[in-house]
Amino acid sequence: MSHWSESTQERAREIIDLYPQKRSAVMPLLYLAMAEEGHLTETGMEEVARWCEITPAQVLSVASFYTMYKRERTGKYLISCCTSISCMLLGGDEVMHAVEDESGVPHGETDEEGLLSVEHAECIGACGGAPAVQVNYELIEGVTPDKARDLVTWLKKARPVVVNTDEMQELFGGRRSFDWAIPETDGAIGPFPAFQPLGTVESEGGE
Amino acid sequence: MSTPLVVTKRMTEYPSDSHTIARYEATGGYEQAKRALGMTRDELVGEVKTSELLGRGGAAFPAGVKWGFLAPERPAYLVVNADESEPGTFKDRQLLERDPHQMIEGMIITAIANEAHLAFIYIRGEYPKPARRTQRAIEEAYQNGYLGRGIFGSDYDLDIVVHLGAGAYICGEETALINSLEGERGEPRLKPPYFPAAKGLYMKPTIVNNVETMSNIPHILEMGGEAYRDLVIALDTGTYMISLSGHVKRPGNYELPHTLSWRELIYDIGGGIRDDKELKAWIPGGASAPWFVPDEHLDLIVAKEACALAGSMLGSGAVVVMDEDTCMVRAAERIVRFFSHESCGQCTPCREGTTWMEMILRRIDEGAGRPVDLDLLIDVSDGISVGLQWPPKMTTICPLGPSAVSPIIALRDYFRDEVQRHVDLGGCPFELKSGETRARAPSSLAGAGPEVRGGSTGSIPSDRESAGEGSS
Repeated sequence: MSHWSESTQERAREIIDLYPQKRSAVMPLLYLAMAEEGHLTETGMEEVARWCEITPAQVLSVASFYTMYKRERTGKYLISCCTSISCMLLGGDEVMHAVEDESGVPHGETDEEGLLSVEHAECIGACGGAPAVQVNYELIEGVTPDKARDLVTWLKKARPVVVNTDEMQELFGGRRSFDWAIPETDGAIGPFPAFQPLGTVESEGGE
Repeated sequence: MSTPLVVTKRMTEYPSDSHTIARYEATGGYEQAKRALGMTRDELVGEVKTSELLGRGGAAFPAGVKWGFLAPERPAYLVVNADESEPGTFKDRQLLERDPHQMIEGMIITAIANEAHLAFIYIRGEYPKPARRTQRAIEEAYQNGYLGRGIFGSDYDLDIVVHLGAGAYICGEETALINSLEGERGEPRLKPPYFPAAKGLYMKPTIVNNVETMSNIPHILEMGGEAYRDLVIALDTGTYMISLSGHVKRPGNYELPHTLSWRELIYDIGGGIRDDKELKAWIPGGASAPWFVPDEHLDLIVAKEACALAGSMLGSGAVVVMDEDTCMVRAAERIVRFFSHESCGQCTPCREGTTWMEMILRRIDEGAGRPVDLDLLIDVSDGISVGLQWPPKMTTICPLGPSAVSPIIALRDYFRDEVQRHVDLGGCPFELKSGETRARAPSSLAGAGPEVRGGSTGSIPSDRESAGEGSS
């Protein structure tokens, strides 16, 4: 018996069909499990094990290898501050500190309400626009400590249903790695990557 | 200086719609994929061998030679490595966001050349926007009959699947990537077999190539291998994407020929150092590369062999520039922290060594360093990569651990005095000079994340005994 909704099960079947072997679907299905429950639970991992026809222990061994599979309660908004070399050189640590201070949530933790989680991240590939921050993996480049504080305040107040990279870049960002980016309306609906085939993405409106 | 643009040409000329199939086709797109269907494997591999295209993922292995290794067993697979995670690198992100069809056409040609009917693009999980763009481009290609059953009206079937990573740098190592794609932990495989082209995905022949490598393929076919090779008279063939970051006035991705000196790259292309400060050091090819310093390396040519002779590499083309006020201990700590965090934990020298290196550097940075700490650091590094040299000696399955030693080579060779001053002053001289204590991001060992390896959690020991034990 599946604990998942009909649409998620349909999604799982489609994903498994993409691969020559069911086990290869374990990573996308772990994201599905997170989208279903907000983070990865025992139940979610057991479900993935059934779909991929492997043991729950095998699923756990995979889930525990990767940083993006959150096995503890995670906020609606996951703020990841890059503090790798290029961001650090341009004030990434100060941005991280501002986010922790403004939110009251230290690295690796989630607030009581379950709204915000904060973490420092290793290089997120935005070095030309350092320092960079992601909210639910949607990118903001050229962030200052003050703008980082504004971002935290905004997330608390506005509580956007869809986290959109262009909107956040406009409000809180500065210099970008490359500045000919085309606007898009898609965005994240939780602390996992917003990607159509996973069904973990939502559009804010028309194209 | 005029640079012939190859992979960034379309996005430079048509910034508003270079990502669409309409623009791609209007600029000659997908013609080479069609042509490839009428060519033999030998012809296609031969063309890429002639071009002398070097893999753009970091190892600079000749792409045509790699294709030539393909074992006869079938099915064969193509896997494109878009797990771009080497600190300082952000070029593949731009290629995926701005010109995804160029890479897809490269994939179609590569699949035909290597008789693959199923291809994967492994995109790092932190790149949802590039993944969305790539997925949309793939859907457009399906709609036009360029992917799926009987591509371009031929009898050749080809499917492409986008697979998202989940935050593990090590999955950029090709055998780790294959394990990850199989639904296993992303741990590098023991060699032999040395090449996935012999035994790769599901132990079948598999070609693994980087995004930028793929993006060059349609151009090689269009202009011919020989013309590509002779595109610019330079030390290496073709052009090269450089991700420039750190303390330069104009950071960004630049497609360049291999004719520039580092001085020209940093001062002309990059606009020089911010606030007109002095250049102190730079990382020439991603966090794995040993650093360069102005006195010795500024007038070397930015090319593979020139870097190798000077004891470093161009790697993924990520150049991180550091000005005179940069604390070298802090910079080294940040790079070592990365490798410590990303170590998969299979091999003892890397798992234990990078952890200790991070702890010792952190201690020196925070003012609790001891006079013997630099030698201790060198000793621990020597345990991961004997002799601290380049290319690094291996004690491990993959080069991750030995790469962590690179910043220590710089501290040993160029910045010994600066480490010593940290120890003598009991703190960071740059902080003491400015009178400000800078914020410090957490250590990779301090969190409770799933990546924390057993026995390494908790605060960093600053007492002498615990560090001494680790070195014995």
